[in-house]
Amino acid sequence: MINSSQHALKTLLWRDFTLAARNKSEWLNPLLFFVFAAVLFPLGIGPDTVILKQIAPGIIWVVALLAALLSLDTMFRADYEDGSLEQLTLSPYPFGMLVLGKIAVHWLLTGLPLILLSPLLATFFHLDFDATLILMQTLLLGTPVLSLVGAIGSALTVGLKRGSMLISLLVLPLYVPVLIFGANAVAASTVGLDISGHLMLIAALLALALTLAPLATAAALRASIG
Amino acid sequence: MLQTITKLASLRNFYFFCGKLLPWFAWPTLILMLVGLYWGLVEAPADYQQKDSYRIIFVHVPAAWMSLFVYMVMAVSAAASLIWKTKASEVVANSCAPIGAAFTFLALATGSLWGKPMWGTWWEWDARLTSELVLLFLYLGYMALQSAFEDKRTAARATAILAIVGVVNIPIIHYSVEWWFTLHQGPTVQVMQDKQAMDKSMLIPLMIMATAFKFYFATVLLMRSRNEILERESHTKWVQEERERL
Repeated sequence: MINSSQHALKTLLWRDFTLAARNKSEWLNPLLFFVFAAVLFPLGIGPDTVILKQIAPGIIWVVALLAALLSLDTMFRADYEDGSLEQLTLSPYPFGMLVLGKIAVHWLLTGLPLILLSPLLATFFHLDFDATLILMQTLLLGTPVLSLVGAIGSALTVGLKRGSMLISLLVLPLYVPVLIFGANAVAASTVGLDISGHLMLIAALLALALTLAPLATAAALRASIG
Repeated sequence: MLQTITKLASLRNFYFFCGKLLPWFAWPTLILMLVGLYWGLVEAPADYQQKDSYRIIFVHVPAAWMSLFVYMVMAVSAAASLIWKTKASEVVANSCAPIGAAFTFLALATGSLWGKPMWGTWWEWDARLTSELVLLFLYLGYMALQSAFEDKRTAARATAILAIVGVVNIPIIHYSVEWWFTLHQGPTVQVMQDKQAMDKSMLIPLMIMATAFKFYFATVLLMRSRNEILERESHTKWVQEERERL
C-alpha cells in the first residue's frame, strides 16, 4: 500500500508538472509580476540609495507575498472544473498526501523561481551580498509557508466563480507572521544583529504549516466539492 | 443528556429555546450596563495623571476582551458544526462573526480616541493595536467568505474550517506582532503599564462593565440566531405560523 501510494504521488506530481510545462503563463505571470511590482517602488520613491536599502527587505517580501497570492487561485481551479479533483477525493490514497503533493508542485513552480530571482531585485535595491544571502534563506523557509497557508484559502474558494479577490481577504491576515519574521530578519542582518532566532521562528512556522495545512486544505476541498 | 442536545439541535426547538433564554440575558444587560456606566463615568474618581479621559477604559477594555472571547465562541461552535453537523451550531457560529467584528472595531475606535490626547496620535504601530487590527481582518474575511456562498450548508462548512484555521493562527499572529514590536524599536508607550496598580474604585466598575458586555453579547447572539433561523427555515410551516403570531 505504501509503495502504491508513493506511485500515486509520483504520477500526480508528473501530471502536474506536465500540465505546468504546457501552460506556462500560469506560473510565469506571477514571477513577472514579482519583478515588475518591485521595480515600481524605486520609481515611486526615488533613486535614493540609502532609503532604498532600508526599505528593500520589506518591499521584496511584500512583493513576494503578493506574487504568491496571485498564483493561488490557479492551484486547484482547473482540477476542480474538469472534475479530476473529485476523482482524487475518491481515490483510495490519503487525500491529505495528494494535496501536499499538489502544494509542493505549486511551491516548486512559484516559490522556488521567486527565490532564484530575488538576487536580481536585491541588486536593484543595493542590498549587499550578505543581506542577499539572508534574504534568500528567509524566502527559502518562508515561501513554502505561503504556499501551504495559501492552499487553505484556495481550497475554500475553489467552488466560487469570483474567488480570487476573496482569497486575498482570507489569506493575507494569516501571512502576517511570515512577513514579520522574514522581512525583519533581513533588516536586522543589515544592522549586524543576530538573526538565528528569526530563522528558527520561520522554520517553526514552516513545520506547523507543513503538518496542519494539508489536512485543513483537504477538509476545505471536500467541503467545496460538497 | 445526549437526547436533549440532539433535540435542541433542531432549528425549531433551538429557536424557541433561545426565545426563552432571551429575557434572562436582556434584563441583566440593561441593569449592569446602567450601573457600570454610572459608576464608571460619574462615581469613580478621576485618574491623577490622565484625568477624566481614562474613563474610556470602561468601554474599551471590555470590548477588547470580548473581541477575542467572541472568536473563541465562534470557533468552538464552528468545530461543533463540523464534528456533529448540527445546524444550530452553524447558526451560532455565523451569528458570532458580525458581533465579534463590532466589538473589535469598538476596541480599536475607543483606543484610537483615547490615544489622541494621551499618546498624541490616533494610531501607533503598537503590538496590541496591530494584532487587534489583524483580528478585525480575520472577522471580515470570515464574513466575506460566508456571504460568497449561496448554499448555507456549504458556507457553514467552509467558514467553520476558516474559523478553526484562524484560532490556530491568532496566538501566532499575536506573538509575532509582539516580538516584531520589541525587536523593531524600544517601547515608546508605557502608559498601559500603570494599570497594574488599579484601585478598587475603578476595578469594580470595570468588572461590572465587563460582565455587562458578556450579557450583552449573549443577548445579541440569541437575537441574531433567532433571526437567522427564521431566515433559513422561512419555507417551513412553523415559521409562517410564528410570523403570523408576531
